[in-house]
Amino acid sequence: MSTSRFRFPRVTMPPAARQLREEVRAFLAEERASGGYTPMADCWASGFSADFSRKLGQRGWLGMTWPKEYGGHERSFLERYVVTEEMLAAGAPVMAHWIADRQSGTQMLRHAGEEVKAAALPRMARGETFCAIGMSEPNTGSDLASVSTRAERVEGGWKINGRKIWSTGAHGEGCDYMIALVRTAPADAKERHKGLSQLIVNLKAAGVTVRGIEDIGGQVHFNETLFEDVFVPDSHLLGEEGKGWSLVVGELALERSGPERFLSSFIALREAMHVLSENPDDRTREVLGHLVAQIKTLRRMSLGIAGLLQEGRSPETEAALVKDMATRFERELIEQLRVVLPDEVLLDSSGVLPRLVREAILRVPSSTLRGGTNEVLKGMIVRQLGLR
Amino acid sequence: MSETDNVILDTATRIFADLSTQEVVNAAEKGEWPAALWQAIEESGLHLTWVPEASGGVGADLFDGFAVLKAAGAAGLPVPLAETLLAGWLLGRAGLEVPSGPLTVARGRHQLAAGLVSGTALAVPHARNAELIVVLVEENGALYVAALARGDCTLREGQSLAGEPWDAVAFSGVRPVLRAPLPDFEVDHLDAMGALIRVTQAAGALETALELSIQYAGERVQFGRPIGKFQAVQHMIADFAGEVAALSAAASAGAEAVAATDGHIDADAWVEIAAAKTRLGRAASNGPAVAHQVHGAMGFTYEHRLHQFTRRAWAWRDEFGTETRWARRLGDVVLGWGPEQLWPQITAVTDK
Repeated sequence: MSTSRFRFPRVTMPPAARQLREEVRAFLAEERASGGYTPMADCWASGFSADFSRKLGQRGWLGMTWPKEYGGHERSFLERYVVTEEMLAAGAPVMAHWIADRQSGTQMLRHAGEEVKAAALPRMARGETFCAIGMSEPNTGSDLASVSTRAERVEGGWKINGRKIWSTGAHGEGCDYMIALVRTAPADAKERHKGLSQLIVNLKAAGVTVRGIEDIGGQVHFNETLFEDVFVPDSHLLGEEGKGWSLVVGELALERSGPERFLSSFIALREAMHVLSENPDDRTREVLGHLVAQIKTLRRMSLGIAGLLQEGRSPETEAALVKDMATRFERELIEQLRVVLPDEVLLDSSGVLPRLVREAILRVPSSTLRGGTNEVLKGMIVRQLGLR
Repeated sequence: MSETDNVILDTATRIFADLSTQEVVNAAEKGEWPAALWQAIEESGLHLTWVPEASGGVGADLFDGFAVLKAAGAAGLPVPLAETLLAGWLLGRAGLEVPSGPLTVARGRHQLAAGLVSGTALAVPHARNAELIVVLVEENGALYVAALARGDCTLREGQSLAGEPWDAVAFSGVRPVLRAPLPDFEVDHLDAMGALIRVTQAAGALETALELSIQYAGERVQFGRPIGKFQAVQHMIADFAGEVAALSAAASAGAEAVAATDGHIDADAWVEIAAAKTRLGRAASNGPAVAHQVHGAMGFTYEHRLHQFTRRAWAWRDEFGTETRWARRLGDVVLGWGPEQLWPQITAVTDK
C-alpha cells in the first residue's frame, strides 16, 4: 500500500493510556452526576469553567506532554489524546484551558525564554491561567501574513498598537496571555513572511481592552482585543525577532490536528440515541450507520496524526486534510441527525437534547472557519500534491 | 504486516505493472483471456496467498493478501485473483486442499440434499473463467462449503459496469468436486469478506484514478495555464484526495480486524467491514465524479485509461451489499450498543 500520498499510521493505545481512559471516564461520570457540569455541544469553544479546568489541572490532565520542571507530566501525545477525546465525547466545559493546553503552552515551551516558561507554564498546567489566540485581525483572516498590528522597539522591549479579533476566551476570568502575531518590521511586498514576530502579551497590562463579540446564537465566546501603546518586555518574544512566520505555522499544526475537529457535536448524537432507540426505522439505522462509519474513520486518521507527532514528525498537510474532512463531517452529523429526530425534539426548546441540537446547529458554521478555512486547507493539500 | 509482505507485495506489483497493461485490460473486456498474466500469478503463488500451508498454500498473513488486492485494484487487474483468494480462503477454512486454476464464489445459501447441490446466483464474477465455482450449502441446518465444476453449472453470461464477467449461474442436483463442513461460519461472513475485498480493491483503483487526475491537471493547459492552477479544479482534487485517504484508512482498519482473528469474522471485524463498505459508497460516487470532471471529454473516451479504474469502483460499490445495506447493518449494531456504549465501542478498537 505504498502508493498512498498521505500516511496515517495505525495507533494502538498503550496500557497507560487505557488505564487513564478509565480514570477520566470515572471522573466525568461523577462530575456529571454531581452537577459539576452540564454537557454542551462545541464544549471546547463555548464551555468556559475555570473551576472545571482547575479540577483537571489537579488531576494532572493539563500540560500532560510538557516536562515536569515546567509543571507538566511528561506523558505521551496519545495519553493527551485520550483525555481530550473523552472530554469532547462527554461535552465537558473545557474551553477555559483549551488554547493554553493545545497550543500556547507548547508554543512557549518550544520558543520562550527560561523566565517566561518558569513563570507561566506551571500555572497553566494547574489550570490557574489561560491563553487566547492572537492571529486574526479585522482586516486579516485567511491571509494571515497581512497582519498589521505593529510592535515598535522601545527600551527594554516593545510597544504594541493594533487589534486582534476572534480571540476566543480572551475576556474569560484568568485569561492572562495572548500569543500575538505582530509586525516588528515594515511589510515587504516581495517577502511578506518576513518581519513578523510572535510576542506574548499580558492581557491585564495597561492599554489592553477586550470587548466581547456575540455570535449568531447570542453567545459571547470570542472577542476583539485592542492594543494601545501596550508595553511588552524583551523576554516575551518567542524565538527570534522577524522569524515569527515559521513559528505561527508550527502553532497552526498544533491547532489543526485534534479530535475537536470531528467530535464537537458528538454529545448531541450520544444523547439522541435515547430517542432514536425507540422504534427505529430503516432511515434511522442508515443514518446511524453512516455517522458511526465516518466517526470511526476520522478517529483513525486523527489518531494517525497523533502517532506521527509521537514519532517527532510535523504532519501539517495530513492535519489539514483531516481537518477539512472532519469539519465538513460536523455539519453532516447535525444535518443528518436532524432528519431522523421527532418533532418533539426539534420543536421543543427545553430539555437537554433539544438544547444540544440547537447549540450544534448554531455553532456549526464556525467549524469550517476557525483554525484555517477549508479553502485554505485545500490549498495546503494541493500544494503537497504538486499542483501549486 | 509480516516480514514476508514486502516480498509478496513487490512480486505482485511487478507482475501487475508488466502484464496488466491498458491493452491487456481492454482486450480482457473484449473477451480475450490474459493467459500470460494469470500464468505469472500462478507461478509466483499469489493466488494461494490466503491458503494455509496444510491446504497447499503459502500460509501468508491475511493482511498480505489485502495488500496484494489493493495493488490489483490499482492496476485494474482483469483476472479473478480476488475471487480465487476468496474461494481459497473458504476452502482452506474447511480444511480442503485448494486446487490450482482460477476460482470464483457464488454468493448465497444454497441447498444440499443427498450429496447433491442446487441453487442460483446472480452476477458471479468471472464464472466463465473459473475452473471451480465455490458455494455455501446447507443441509439440516449445517453449513458446508462445496466446489462445483463449472461444466456442471448453467451460465448466462453478463457483465459488470467495468465490463468484467458477471455471469448468472444455476446448478441443479450437481455432485460437488469438493465438500466439507464449515464450522463457526455464517453465510453473512462470506458477504463481509467479499465486501472488504471490494473496498480494498476500490481503494487501489481510486488511488490510481487520483494519480491520473493529478497528472492530467498538471499537464492540460487551458487559458494559458495548466488547469491544476485553477482553484476550482484544485479544490475538487483536494476533496478527492481526502476520499481516497479515508477509504484507504477504512480498508486498513477492516484488514487489520480480520487479520487479528485469523480470518474469523467476529463482532469487531463486522463493524469495521460495515464501516468500510459504507465509506466505499461515498468514495466511489464522489471520487470518479472528480476524476472525470478533471479529465474532461478526454477521460470520457474508451481510449483513455481512466475508465478502467472508475468503472471498477462503480461496480464494486454494488457487490456484496451496497452502502445502504451495510449502513443499516452497522446502524443495527449501534442501536444495540445504546447511548451508554456508543462511545466506549468507538474507542474499543484502539484499546485492545
